[in-house]
Amino acid sequence: MGNWLVYILNGLYFASFLFLTSLGLSIILGVMGILNLAHGSLFALGAFVSAWLIGTLTGLPPGIAFLVALLAAMLVAGLMGILIETSIIRPMYTRALEYQLLITFGTLLVIEDLIKMIWGGTAYYASKPFTIMGNMHFLTNQYPVYFLFVIAVSFLAGIAIWLIMGKTRVGIMLRAISMDRDMARAMGIRIGRLNTLAFGMGAALAGLAGALIVPTTPALLGIGMEPLIIAFIVVVLGGLGSLKGALIGSLIVGEIRSFGIVLFPEVELPLLFTIAVLILVVKPEGLFGSK
Amino acid sequence: MEATNIIKRPKSYIYPAVFILLIVLPKVLPTYQLLLIQSGITFAIMCLGFNLLLRYTGLLSFGHGALFAAGAYSVAMMGKYLPSLYRVEILIPAAICVSILVSALFGFICVRHTRIFFSILALALSMVLYALLVKLYNFTGGSDGIRVPIPWMFGIAPTGVRRMAFLTGNYHYFLVCIFALATLVMSAIVNSPFGRALQSIRDNEVRAEMIGIRVRRYRWYAFIVSGIFTGIGGAMWSFVNGHVTPESAEWVFSGEIVYMTLLGGFTVFEGPIVGAVLFTYLKLYAVSLTQYWMLIIGATLIVIVRLLPDGITGAILKLFAAMKRERNKGAS
Repeated sequence: MGNWLVYILNGLYFASFLFLTSLGLSIILGVMGILNLAHGSLFALGAFVSAWLIGTLTGLPPGIAFLVALLAAMLVAGLMGILIETSIIRPMYTRALEYQLLITFGTLLVIEDLIKMIWGGTAYYASKPFTIMGNMHFLTNQYPVYFLFVIAVSFLAGIAIWLIMGKTRVGIMLRAISMDRDMARAMGIRIGRLNTLAFGMGAALAGLAGALIVPTTPALLGIGMEPLIIAFIVVVLGGLGSLKGALIGSLIVGEIRSFGIVLFPEVELPLLFTIAVLILVVKPEGLFGSK
Repeated sequence: MEATNIIKRPKSYIYPAVFILLIVLPKVLPTYQLLLIQSGITFAIMCLGFNLLLRYTGLLSFGHGALFAAGAYSVAMMGKYLPSLYRVEILIPAAICVSILVSALFGFICVRHTRIFFSILALALSMVLYALLVKLYNFTGGSDGIRVPIPWMFGIAPTGVRRMAFLTGNYHYFLVCIFALATLVMSAIVNSPFGRALQSIRDNEVRAEMIGIRVRRYRWYAFIVSGIFTGIGGAMWSFVNGHVTPESAEWVFSGEIVYMTLLGGFTVFEGPIVGAVLFTYLKLYAVSLTQYWMLIIGATLIVIVRLLPDGITGAILKLFAAMKRERNKGAS
């Protein structure tokens, strides 16, 4: 019994990363209609910034250092997102889909190599926050507190985004853009600035996800590739641009992964993709997609 | 299109000229350069298939690497498990069969969607194949891949033949013939009633449906035909490369396929061929120049998308058209 609860918690833990990554992807896709292939690289950027800072800021108390690393990762990834949006993506809004995809693919290649230039090809280990938080007693098992911390952070981020999108003026304008771009423009919404904001926000979320992963996995080149692909699955599964979809999609995929690793360790990833594909065959527009 | 009329029907002499050039290449080029060209040609066959979807059906697949890998792996697996059937004349049809199976399955799922969903779904499916190739390492060799030995070719035994001698000898002519055949067949397909039906679907889905074209089914057929060409490209490439790895099914390679096609210019029928060969050189020189080759590829990609949306062939044709206009103005 205790084991099953642990698997469910692990699933929530996976889902937290997926939620943060796919939320950013989904906001960008919903507001701008652009599928950002460079999203995984922003994740990687967050991972490297945070791992590097955790390794460097040894003078500070570890809790503060970790907090600084998280915020710095969000900031750097967010600024990078704003830079990408204003310099590379902005002229692409009116262009065809293939060009939009391809330009973000080019951006991905460039960022991956920038990371390599700055931090070199070596792995960065930053497991300190994980070890310091230690384990807690959970029924009959030991469970790492860090996992619970990640779940909590992602929960808070989700609430924050939900409040921003649902309650604030900016959020309402963003939703208006994602519903009908031309009408929103006609109503006097300044689309350009909001695009930049949405891109920066999505990028910061990816950076946060990357920063949260380094205490458990070393920051390596190409670390953002797998999260990107799985975030795609989540976004398609949940339905385009839907926040609820991103949440439910992440939960489904996270739990499938968690149980897949236990039950079918060999084919855990193919299993995940297969289930996602089956859901899409039955419901092509995604679980919460509007059609 | 009007640009092609500058010199009346340039295809009638450019095609044979290119064919003859390719045939005499082994006599003039050093082996290393020849292998590069061969790899470019196999990519060209693949990009022809890819462009049937992109240009003529209006579907952007970001998972074509999987279909390429399907062709390449069917050759490598036959070599590993069925050595008695390891003959080119059996391997290529076998690779075609596997490609049909894989693309029929992928296509069945993907063509329910269009635009960005189609792209993501193709990408996700290609990653299924990638993950399977990596994880089922007992069967597929995992991330190390499988070595591809020299095959029997039309009754000629591979015993005692050096790899380079094989590739620069008979295999080269075989490859050039397959390439010529692929180009002609694809050209016939896009100009056939089937090709026209695809283009009408691309231009206006609703209208195509109204005049009685079964939109989804035709998209599916297009996906399968595209998969066959891509699979043949993969099979032919596996001999040139001598080794297959799961990387060819990974989505980064699928991205490179899109890049090749747009580099050459997807609006022109021959564009993908030019793009594939150019990309092979570009990547090789970028890799040998610096360890930051992705930066170079990525930056050129961004520049091309921004400045040359019709690719290199598109830009050249535009230039010709402009020159012709100038001349006409001067004459009148």
